[in-house]
Amino acid sequence: MVKIQFAACERDSYMDSSNDCMARLDQWLASTLESVDLAEAEVTRLAAESGFQEDEVFKIGMAVREAMVNAVVHGNRYSERKRVHLRVAGDAERFVVRIEDEGDGFDWQSLPDPTAEENILRQSGRGLWLIRSFVDELKIEPSQPKGTALELVKYRR
Amino acid sequence: MSVKLTTRQVGDVTVIDAVGRITLGEGSSAFRETIRDLVAKGNKKLLLNLADVSYIDSSGIGELVSAFTTVTNHGGVLKLLNLTKRVQDLLQITKLYTVFEVFDDEAAAVRSFA
Repeated sequence: MVKIQFAACERDSYMDSSNDCMARLDQWLASTLESVDLAEAEVTRLAAESGFQEDEVFKIGMAVREAMVNAVVHGNRYSERKRVHLRVAGDAERFVVRIEDEGDGFDWQSLPDPTAEENILRQSGRGLWLIRSFVDELKIEPSQPKGTALELVKYRR
Repeated sequence: MSVKLTTRQVGDVTVIDAVGRITLGEGSSAFRETIRDLVAKGNKKLLLNLADVSYIDSSGIGELVSAFTTVTNHGGVLKLLNLTKRVQDLLQITKLYTVFEVFDDEAAAVRSFA
């Protein structure tokens, strides 16, 4: 296993500990709905193997599904020329999933609140809201050279 | 597995029994087509039984909202029946409990349309 450079793994003095944040999965996936299912299944399996309880595993799986849909549909727009980079790292304290697309990026800070009265009947716009509800931390940042990266962190309790 | 939908008539209420997952792709499009078809045929009292729906993602939630809007715009009413704990949680998180009328007893749900 190799040490993975996730922001969540580098915080605090964590990198100094003997229990480093180790890579559990590193895959490039096509921009398809099959990849969404695959990512959900793989990460769900890893989360269960890591000792999370069933309800927490479900939440991690659902958050990953939403992040993958975001990457495939809104980021890469199903393009055959673009892929999604899925990475999972974990340690005794946290479980980290990073999903990066190769799309044009989007302004996540201006996304409307889907629970506001004026938005409640909108058909879309709930994905990031659900991810935030299901994980302990969500970091969104531009990906290099282009695209968007979502980093999902779930802490062990 | 995507969602499988069957409909049955209880008095003048059309009950839609859904089984499976309502997620982006096949599941959500099958759901959308069924609702549109029922509305086009003049069904105005729709009760969606989600007892056997194990999973709904944000696209599926979007389809529920879209169905609600479609039915309402045609002068009908769409209510929900038998939500699993996880689907209940989703409606809570998205505050859609404020939109949908939800029942856990079919007879009571059917009576509520009267």
